Amino acid sequence: MDVLGAHSLVAFAVYNPRFGSNEGEEYKKLLYYYPEDVEINEKIKTIGLCEAIVQFSRTFSRQSPARALHTQKNRHHFYEAEEHFWMVMVVKNPVVMKENSEGKSVPEYQEDVLLDSVYNAVLRQTYTMFKLFKGTFGMAMEQGGVETLKRRLQEFFSRYLLTLRLEQCDLIDTLGGISFFPLDKMTYLKIQSFISMVEFSFAHIQFTAFLYNEQLVWSGLEQDDMRTLFKYLTTSLFPSTIEAELAGKESPIHVSFPGYSQHYGRFLLGPRSLTDPNSPLRVPKIHVYIGSRHSELHLIVYKALSAAVCFLVDATVVLTLDFFQRLDTLVGPQLTLLASDIAEQYSSNRKPASSEKDSQFKFIYFNHMNLAEKSTVHVRRAANPSLVTVPTELLHILGDINSDFASSVEDEEVTVKAMSDYWVVGKRSDQRELYVILNQKNANLIEVNGTQLCCSEWEEVFELLRDKPCCLCRFCFSNDAPSLIFDGIS
Amino acid sequence: MAGSEILEQESSYLELCRTPVRFEEISSVNNVFFDEANKQVFAVRAGGAVGVVVRGLDEKQPISFRLEDKGEIKSIKLSPGNRIVAVQRSGKSVDFCNLMGEATEYSQECRGRNCYVLGFCWTSPNEIVFITDQGLELYQVQAEKRSVKLIKSMGTSFVNWFVFSSEGPTLLLSLTPLGNVLQPVLAKVGNLVKLTKFEVEVPVIPKPPRLCLTEPDVTTAVIYGQLYVVVLRHRVRTTPSQAGSEVWLYHLSRDGHTCKIHVLQLNSTGCFATNVVDNLVVIHHRASKTSMVFDIQLKKVSEGPVKLHQPVLPSLPICPFTIQPRAGASLGAGTAVTTCELYSTSWIVFRPDIIMDAGLGYLWSLRLRLPRIVATLPDRLQLVDFLLLRRDCRPVLLNVCSQLLSGGQAGGLAVVSLVFDKLNSVYKEWLEADKSDAAALDGGAGGRPPTPHKPVRSHAVVDQWEMYTSVLVPFAESKTISYKFVIAVLMEYIRSLTQFHIHAQHYLYELVINTLVRNNAFYQLHQLLQYHVLSDSKKLACLMLSLESFYPPAHQLALDMLKRLSTANDEIVEVLLSKGRVLAALRFVRASGGADIMSARKFLEAASHVGDSLLFFCVFKFFEQRNQRLRNSPHFNPGEHCEPFVEYFKKLFGEDDFTPLQ
Repeated sequence: MDVLGAHSLVAFAVYNPRFGSNEGEEYKKLLYYYPEDVEINEKIKTIGLCEAIVQFSRTFSRQSPARALHTQKNRHHFYEAEEHFWMVMVVKNPVVMKENSEGKSVPEYQEDVLLDSVYNAVLRQTYTMFKLFKGTFGMAMEQGGVETLKRRLQEFFSRYLLTLRLEQCDLIDTLGGISFFPLDKMTYLKIQSFISMVEFSFAHIQFTAFLYNEQLVWSGLEQDDMRTLFKYLTTSLFPSTIEAELAGKESPIHVSFPGYSQHYGRFLLGPRSLTDPNSPLRVPKIHVYIGSRHSELHLIVYKALSAAVCFLVDATVVLTLDFFQRLDTLVGPQLTLLASDIAEQYSSNRKPASSEKDSQFKFIYFNHMNLAEKSTVHVRRAANPSLVTVPTELLHILGDINSDFASSVEDEEVTVKAMSDYWVVGKRSDQRELYVILNQKNANLIEVNGTQLCCSEWEEVFELLRDKPCCLCRFCFSNDAPSLIFDGIS
Repeated sequence: MAGSEILEQESSYLELCRTPVRFEEISSVNNVFFDEANKQVFAVRAGGAVGVVVRGLDEKQPISFRLEDKGEIKSIKLSPGNRIVAVQRSGKSVDFCNLMGEATEYSQECRGRNCYVLGFCWTSPNEIVFITDQGLELYQVQAEKRSVKLIKSMGTSFVNWFVFSSEGPTLLLSLTPLGNVLQPVLAKVGNLVKLTKFEVEVPVIPKPPRLCLTEPDVTTAVIYGQLYVVVLRHRVRTTPSQAGSEVWLYHLSRDGHTCKIHVLQLNSTGCFATNVVDNLVVIHHRASKTSMVFDIQLKKVSEGPVKLHQPVLPSLPICPFTIQPRAGASLGAGTAVTTCELYSTSWIVFRPDIIMDAGLGYLWSLRLRLPRIVATLPDRLQLVDFLLLRRDCRPVLLNVCSQLLSGGQAGGLAVVSLVFDKLNSVYKEWLEADKSDAAALDGGAGGRPPTPHKPVRSHAVVDQWEMYTSVLVPFAESKTISYKFVIAVLMEYIRSLTQFHIHAQHYLYELVINTLVRNNAFYQLHQLLQYHVLSDSKKLACLMLSLESFYPPAHQLALDMLKRLSTANDEIVEVLLSKGRVLAALRFVRASGGADIMSARKFLEAASHVGDSLLFFCVFKFFEQRNQRLRNSPHFNPGEHCEPFVEYFKKLFGEDDFTPLQ
């Protein structure tokens, strides 16, 4: 496992101040602490500090107490996940070695590089991920008290925290969107047809989610659960299976046994072998909410070519090998066919010219209404998550603009001149946000703000988005929309 | 035994028509003739002297007339249009009598020497063909002059017998001593055209040669618009494993070429008779008192160029028919209602769907009871294929769909999907035909006269509206069916329509939306709209707007949809104003080029309601600038009714700020 991300994570804790209100019993408040080998007093000190800051800031704002504490070396982020249950994440500021006047190199902490909005979002997301796989804190308390909750926290976070890539977090983590795969109506209906057919052939399957190219096509789950599941699939499950494939551990081609038609389907989450009844079964349970009703489901993931389908089966159902065999027989050939159909359509739709335009501008688009996200700044995040195609300084600017948008309700437009010929434009209209990075030599403000963004290229970009922000385009991109102009860091 | 009989009656799908033609039954004084061409039955009393009564399936009133009794009548037929009656009493000549005017008979002898008239047939209202044992003679009958004129004669080798079909009209002559060479002749107006003759295979050639193919075994039929020669091939079998009798269908194509293309396997032997009902070949089997049904477009196995067929439906008897006592019959025992004996020896079967019981004096046409077939064919796909080829099948098809959907979910969706595809394939064909016809009408307006007939809408066309009202709405409103299945079915129907490039109507989408909304499946609805699966329309946009209080994102979806429609700019402005997004509305109007004509009052009013004085200031100044630009004065025209807002502005900001910017 890649543990690079763990370097900047100084500490991570979950506590409940109500559990140890008597003096001398402070350790009872502590439910989980990372790193685990830290001395208990140190742990209590960290949570005590957070508790104090939150309590203090409550004096000024009852509803929204402090969410972060900035210090020279670290940043503390607080989040009240459930009532009285607090989560703390301490992140180290980046360090640059600089020579001082005596010629010695000393570390210099860059205090203003980390963005609160990004890491608060990351912290929130650690909670939603926990909730997805382990249920809420309150549920654990009901089921087995503090010990159960502690065990679940330990089980989950001891592994999960290692997969956080904190240095690479940026605006896209703040947004936490779902990227949708563009499809035409007919293909989409075929997928619908496929999903219905499977759901009604297997009564146990309660919900289905369909992804292509690691982008969402259909979700039977509610939006919030899908958001977390999508994050898990694209940042954890898919990369790990791709690694496994590259390492040659699993053959991507299904070895079909006699009598079954040849197909490329296989279980990513399911039995390791369809023929051996003793093979290990890897099917995690997830907790989702339908309306306000909680339900626990088996998560089965099946993949053929670039298409992946999540089948969610009631957790009370005992999964048998026979069930998986029948599922494989039904889904495998059809999904293979469907996936190659989509691939054909996708490749014919892609214009070869688009790569040229990529060099001119990049964008990040986000719609709060459906969480649709699209980024040309990040390239194939799942397969190679570190690949960002623009200088990191620009990502900081994007994060700043986003924080600015979050603090107001009006439609806004912000244009920033960054160093090295880059212009950054952020627009917000109703529930949509668009960030554009332009790299054009000697472009002036009028050019950037003017016709540039109304040109026909945008039509193509929006065509790709599928969630066409037509209104955005019209309402906000006219030349004289009120603009705030910042000059970049110079 | 009795139980199974009732079951058979319940499910039998063939029936005799409810309103048969009644005629005087055959007796020593009453002779009965039937003319297949005109479907008329002749009751001839005492050689015609007492009277001839003609009743037809098509005629409401019987035609009656008298003939002189000049001997035994062999054949009697009315000309098409019922003007002239032709009577054959001898082997040499045919007598004619006009029904209108003078009843004096006139006569025509056949031309050929030593030849014998086998029969005659009317080929047009005033043309008649004599079939003799040496060929054909075409005459024109001039009723007014009461004269008959030879137009054309055609010599052939010895004719054993003939079959006439009014399709064409076509004559089939049986030639050669075996009788198995058939010569089709097309009887056009004023002309006779020989088509290529063909040979019906004979299993064993007897020595010395004798007639192997006889007239009762050969008939013609029009099936799916094509003319076929139907030949019954008897087989005698000693064990059940041997092949049974067969019916061979020879296709008589319009270019004169004939070939055997269908073989109907009867799987039994004995006495058979053939009807054609609604393009189905019905073979009655007297021994088992059942009828077999074949459809040459279904259930076929190809064997070279020949297609082998098995019955498409289980063989069942015709529905029992009760005989009502004749109105004028004597009271007493005869008044009792009796059941008619089916498949009786006094039955004579005529083309295409006529069954006559000469002994009882009944003439029926055979009918198909489509609703009964639903129960006899359990395979729904086969059933739909079968129904799609039938007349009047639409209500039955809709019924089948309803049954299919209410039948539950297990494995049914795949069948539902295929059924939708079958229905929509036919629907699409009709739409295409309709469109090309409309195009032809448009194109023909300048030059050629347009085709007089619109393509007749086949009964098999089930359009969206019928599907929606008769099947989908009752189904979606059913309380017992899970909404997920309802959605799956609706999406399947929309998928099928889309696959056939048929534009789905908004009411289908509304049904999807309403079903999803009723079950709080908003996120699923959102995804469908996001992928434009539910096509845009103003109606849908309004529906979405009304859902905003339940699901806030519906607002954005509705606005996007209105924008895409590009004909709904006014609606967009109204929506934005109602939300208090006055600036957004202003920008939108300006971007869409309507800034100079928009009503200032509407915007000022909306801005004043928001309660944001800065916003009101901006909007007010915007309109002042517009006034300046349009009329060189910042003031509003009295007609704009903006005085209250001018006062409001002064109240908020004072007179100083009111001084317009120059």
